[in-house]
Amino acid sequence: MIRRRVGRIAVVAVVLAAGGVLVTGALQDTLTYYRTPGEVLDDPDAGRRPTRLGGEVVPGSVRRSGDLVTFRLGGDGHEITVTQRGMPPETFREGQGAIVEGRLSATGVFESDRVVVQHGNEYGPSPGPLAPEAGGAR
Amino acid sequence: MGRPGINLVSDTGRARAGRRSALWLACGLSAAAAVTGIVVAPVDGWQGPAQRLMYLHVPAAWVAYTAFAVVLLASGTYLIGGNLRWDRFARCAAEIGVVLTAVTIGTGALWGHLVWGTWWAWDPRLVSTVLLLLAYAGYLGLRRLAAERTGGPDGADHAVARPAAYAGIVAFLLVPVVHFSVVWWRSLHQPATVLAPERPPIDPRMGAALLLAVGAVTVWAFCVLVHRVVVLERRLVVLERRPGAERAADRTRVGAG
Repeated sequence: MIRRRVGRIAVVAVVLAAGGVLVTGALQDTLTYYRTPGEVLDDPDAGRRPTRLGGEVVPGSVRRSGDLVTFRLGGDGHEITVTQRGMPPETFREGQGAIVEGRLSATGVFESDRVVVQHGNEYGPSPGPLAPEAGGAR
Repeated sequence: MGRPGINLVSDTGRARAGRRSALWLACGLSAAAAVTGIVVAPVDGWQGPAQRLMYLHVPAAWVAYTAFAVVLLASGTYLIGGNLRWDRFARCAAEIGVVLTAVTIGTGALWGHLVWGTWWAWDPRLVSTVLLLLAYAGYLGLRRLAAERTGGPDGADHAVARPAAYAGIVAFLLVPVVHFSVVWWRSLHQPATVLAPERPPIDPRMGAALLLAVGAVTVWAFCVLVHRVVVLERRLVVLERRPGAERAADRTRVGAG
C-alpha cells in the first residue's frame, strides 16, 4: 500500500515538474514583457525581430508630423529614437513610461506600430512631479 | 470563519436574521462606497475619470484572493477534520472567486483600454490572473466530473470532496504568483499602491473610497457564500429524502476519514 502511494506521489511530482517547465517555457515572452533600451542596443540583431521596447519617454523629445510621431525612449542610461506610425493613446505623455512594439531598423531607429502607456501607482487630483506642464494631453 | 459563521448557515430564525443584517450592512457599505467614489473622491490628475474603475477592479481582485484563501483554509480544515460542511464552503468560495476574477479581468481590460491604450497585453500580471481563473474554473470542473463519476451529490460525498480539497490547496499556489508578478517581472501593470512599502501614494479620499468598496465587496461575498451554502445544504436534504438515495448516503458514511 505504502509503496503504491509513494509511486503515485512520484508520478504526480514528475507531472507537476514537467508542467512547470512547459509553462515557464511558454511564458518566457510574458515574463520579459519588454526589453530596456540598453538590452536592445547590446543585442541589435534580436531587436531586428519583432520586439517590445519599454522605457521613459524622454522629456522634450516628442515631435509630431502628420501621423508620424517621433520620440526617444530612455532607461538605464541609454536612449533609442522611436518612430511611431499612428497616434499613441491619449494618456501618452513625456516623462512617463511607454512600451512600443516594432523592430529596430538598420539605421538604429526603432520603428514602432503600437504604443501602450505605462502609469505609476500614484493616484491623486494633481499631476505628479513627472507630469508635463498643463496644456499636454489630459 | 469561526463558530458564528457556521451558525449563520443553519436554517433557524436567528441565523436568518443574522444573514439579513449582513445583507443590510452590504447595502450600506455599497451606498457609502458609491457616494465616496463618485462624489467625494477627486478625479485623478493623470488618468482622468477612468481611474474610478479602481473602485471596482481592486476590490474584485482582493476579494477574489480572499475567496481563494477561504478555499485553501476550508479544504485544509476538511482534510483534517473530515467535516463535509467545510468542503461545501470551499466549493462556494471557489465559485465566488471565479466570478470575481472574471470581474477583475473585465474591469481591468476596460481600464487598460482607457489608460494604457490596449484591452489586453501578454503581461505577467494579466496572464497569471487568467491562469488563476482557469485553475479555479478547473477546480469546479473537477468537482463536477468527480460527482458525475461517483454518482454522489457534490457537497455530501467524500469521494468528491477529497480530490477537490487537494486541488483547492494546490491552486492557491498561483495567488502569490499573481500578486507578486508585478514585482518579480517587468510588467505593463503598475505595482501595488496600498500595499506599497512606503506610505500609500494615493489621495486619502481615493483611499477611503477604495477601502469602503473593498468592505462592501467583502460583505457581499460573505452574504453570497453563506446563502450558497444554505441553498446547497437544503438541496442535499431534499436529495437524501428521495427514494434511491440510500447508496449515496452510504458512501458518505463509509468514505469518512
